[in-house]
Amino acid sequence: MSNYLAAKGLRSWLTTLDHKRIGLMYLFSIFVFFLLGGIFALILRLHLFGWGKDLLSADMYNQFFTFHGAIMIFLVIIPGIPGALGNFILPIMLGAKDVAFPRLNLASYYIFMVGAIFAASALFLRGADGGWTFYTPYSIRTNTTVLLVLTGALIAGFSSILTALNFIISIHKLRAPGMTWDRLPLFLWALYATSIIQILATPVLAITLVLLIAERVLQIGIFDPKLGGDPILFQHFFWFYSHPAVYIMILPAMGVISEVIPVFSRKPIFGYKAIAYSSFGIALIAFIVWGHHMVVSGQSELANFLFSLLTMFVAVPTGIKVFSWVGTMYRGSIHLYAPMLYALGFLELFTIGGLTGIFLATLAIDVHMTDTYFVVAHFHYVMVGGTIMGLLAGVHYWFPKMTGRLYSERDAAISFWSILIGFNVTFFPQFILGAQGMPRRYWHYLPEYTMLNRVSTVGSWFIGFGFLYLMIYMWKAVRYGKASGSNPWSALTLEWQTSSPPPTENFEIDPVVTDWPYAYAPDNVHMAVNK
Amino acid sequence: MRHHAHHFASAEAEFEASKQGMWVFLVTEVLMFGGLLVGYGIFRNLYPEAFHEAHKHLAVSLGAINTVFLISSSVTMALAVTYTQMGKRVAASCSLIGTLTLAFSFLCVKYVEYSHKFHDGLLPAGYFTNTELKLPEAPLFFSLYFMTTGLHMLHVLIGMGLLIWILRRTWSGELSSGYCTPTELVGFYWHFVDLVWIFLFPLLYLVG
Amino acid sequence: MGIIKQAFMLPLQGTAVAGRWDSLFLFMLWLAAIMFVLVVGSMLAFVWKYRHKASDRTTYITGSHVLEAIWIIVPTVMLLGIFVWGYSVYRGMTQAPRDAVEIRVLGKQWVWSFQYDNGRTSIGEIYVPVHRPTKLIMTSEDVLHSFFIPNFRVKQDVVPGMYSSVWFKPTVIGTHQVFCAEYCGTSHSGMLAKIHVLSEADWEDWNEGKSPKAFGDSLVEQGRKLHETKGCVTCHTADGTAKLGPSHKGLFGSKVELEDGTFVIADENYIRGKIENPRGSTKRGFTQMMPTFQGLVTETEMNALIAYVKSLAH
Repeated sequence: MSNYLAAKGLRSWLTTLDHKRIGLMYLFSIFVFFLLGGIFALILRLHLFGWGKDLLSADMYNQFFTFHGAIMIFLVIIPGIPGALGNFILPIMLGAKDVAFPRLNLASYYIFMVGAIFAASALFLRGADGGWTFYTPYSIRTNTTVLLVLTGALIAGFSSILTALNFIISIHKLRAPGMTWDRLPLFLWALYATSIIQILATPVLAITLVLLIAERVLQIGIFDPKLGGDPILFQHFFWFYSHPAVYIMILPAMGVISEVIPVFSRKPIFGYKAIAYSSFGIALIAFIVWGHHMVVSGQSELANFLFSLLTMFVAVPTGIKVFSWVGTMYRGSIHLYAPMLYALGFLELFTIGGLTGIFLATLAIDVHMTDTYFVVAHFHYVMVGGTIMGLLAGVHYWFPKMTGRLYSERDAAISFWSILIGFNVTFFPQFILGAQGMPRRYWHYLPEYTMLNRVSTVGSWFIGFGFLYLMIYMWKAVRYGKASGSNPWSALTLEWQTSSPPPTENFEIDPVVTDWPYAYAPDNVHMAVNK
Repeated sequence: MRHHAHHFASAEAEFEASKQGMWVFLVTEVLMFGGLLVGYGIFRNLYPEAFHEAHKHLAVSLGAINTVFLISSSVTMALAVTYTQMGKRVAASCSLIGTLTLAFSFLCVKYVEYSHKFHDGLLPAGYFTNTELKLPEAPLFFSLYFMTTGLHMLHVLIGMGLLIWILRRTWSGELSSGYCTPTELVGFYWHFVDLVWIFLFPLLYLVG
Repeated sequence: MGIIKQAFMLPLQGTAVAGRWDSLFLFMLWLAAIMFVLVVGSMLAFVWKYRHKASDRTTYITGSHVLEAIWIIVPTVMLLGIFVWGYSVYRGMTQAPRDAVEIRVLGKQWVWSFQYDNGRTSIGEIYVPVHRPTKLIMTSEDVLHSFFIPNFRVKQDVVPGMYSSVWFKPTVIGTHQVFCAEYCGTSHSGMLAKIHVLSEADWEDWNEGKSPKAFGDSLVEQGRKLHETKGCVTCHTADGTAKLGPSHKGLFGSKVELEDGTFVIADENYIRGKIENPRGSTKRGFTQMMPTFQGLVTETEMNALIAYVKSLAH
């Protein structure tokens, strides 16, 4: 029987209802957007190297950071793991033939692309500025084509809702016989929690963006102090979505890590239930902490008190996960292949990101740190160090499944170390810059910040090189890579129990689940890929 | 044997999944309107007097007529679902036409209402030109009025599109006792659209 | 302690609160460093110790409730401790003493301007006394801005259409940097100001001047004149007798009972609200007949009027 890649021609891709092909289309599109957002980032850092002559004008700088942020958030990090890896892996992991609603799934991809085209079209018109947060009243007044970016984000939001809906119903209705809830792989638990947040939070973003669009087009005045509206209300609406969105970004990455670490430690996951349920703990708290983005916005002291207190509790379920992952490695048999390297990189970066999050949750500290480079460094550690590292761990982990081939482990290690070191060199100095008071979104900075900014820029080149190198060896692997065999990592989850690449309907024989997916016996320490 | 997509075990499983999917979708709808109503609540609370004065400029009688239209359309929709399940093609189609007619009547009344507002300059804040209403925050009421009723009207329009689609499929016999998932799902959606109006009507027109 | 402190090169401590802030920050930095070493250190140790060998046997461990309980309870207690400490420092940042020197701050793209009690104004440079609490009452003419003094460890967003405030008690004479910390357009990064902390004598000089008349009217005097020219006196007296509207004497800072029986404190935002949107918050016992002055009073005039009403408080 032929595999899912057998049909050739562009048409066979663009009209496909196969979740695996849709997953790959997401992966490819998201990679293109990542490249675009990354180029913006490299140019911004190059400008901030500051050699006396400006690389960018102030307006261009302001537009570049807006595009960098909006593209990376709405078109890369939010759809990244669910859209690409989730679509590809979720049904196979469930032992199903497809997601519950394949047509809706394809529609969701096209809606996402329409949103992306809207947002990107602003690039060719009058650009967009104001940052990805679109704070009012600036976003009402600016004469850039911010309207297109808002519309793009709105449309992409619907795609996000439909994907989440599809995942929830698939997990409810399409689990293989024997796959009880306590045998559900942790990646799926994470996607399930993520989907619930998407269902509950994204509509609020949608209405917020609709109101902001109406503000620009119809002057409804809700957020415009000149017409009696309240600009701070916008921030409440915006963060009511965008704070849970942070967990929409990170939870799927945590799911990937929960799969990778046991496989490469050849040991059961430590604290399966705690990891699974803590995702819901995070999801729940996600909805009641949005105000910690607004400590100096002018909201009441009581609100600040409550939001800070509640925010502290985010660290508890997050800590449970981190400790459990480290615990999983204890007395294991650790194979340092690329997915594991990225998982370890995730742990290093995410630990820093998480710990600095506690600084920002602390009221007094936040007053000084908010809107400085400390915040910039913090969310890059969490979003890039967390989500992108998780995405890369997942892409390397499931690459043999997607393509049936192996990449070069040596090349993958070169790329990994370049990205990891480059990342720390780029962003750690930004914590110090922030503590020293350098505000974010600054086109020019005071001379005392020069040295650390230069270090940061040099770091960004290593990240750039790492990704360039990654592109090259991935392309080589797709073309010339060695055959991987169906289960190179000797993993136990269902997606590895079928051929690589899988057949169109995923399984030759419908699978039946008899055990949980992390039952690595003490003598099961070898991987097929070694032989 | 009823037909079903290959990745479901049975037609029942597929129907259950579709139904659950629709419920989840309606949850997102509730939250979207919910966000808007929270905004309305906040401004009402901030400017009670202005909102009170402004709401007097809405035509309660027209709103009430529209409420009757929509509630009746829910009844005809429910009938359409039942007749389809029973395989009564003509009765089901007639009920759907009835639903469409009531929806269209709703739109006509809405048109009359909106054109009055346009004529009187009772428009969103930036375009507000009415001179009778002097309270500076009153225009915000009309911003929210047009946003909520406008978004609701968009849902009515989408619903009418869906009704026409299932009317065609019912008439051709595709949707019948054997398979009527689309009719049932559109039914859910239509009842939801009515429900939203049942909230909007008292909130905007009656509470003063 | 010293090494981390130097590595982070915290800005100068320009207020007492900055000292408390730094202690908290450094404590948290140490705690974070310990946690980091604990997590990443044990991770690296495991990677080394349990690296794959052909003869390996793993141990079948699926969890430990004891460990889980520990890493739920211990962090929770630590986090609550940090929260309490953070909140207590924060309280010190928000509760302005009553006798604070008040300066009005106006942000607009892309300059900061300042209005003082004595009627002086300054642009891009603000003058404050050392060792005395100063409260800034801030608003914006256009978009959001944020007033940020790293050396004082304080920051507050400046919002159009309302007043927000921030206070500090400088301890170091000299010049400190002010940034705008909320994105506000093309020259956001150029929206800087200098804060000059003056010695007591210099402050006297600056405030009183060699001849006070050189600065024109004091802010309160400006407000008194506006009170007449804008017609406020027609309904609101300054001597405590009620005319069509309540007298402004003793109004500021008092609890005002509204028509619906609720109470509000008559602060800057209340008075601003009454001038711009008089409806909806009428004092009990009076009939609402005041017209709106929205668009008829500039931000600087508003500051003068409020200063005048405030001067009638006692």
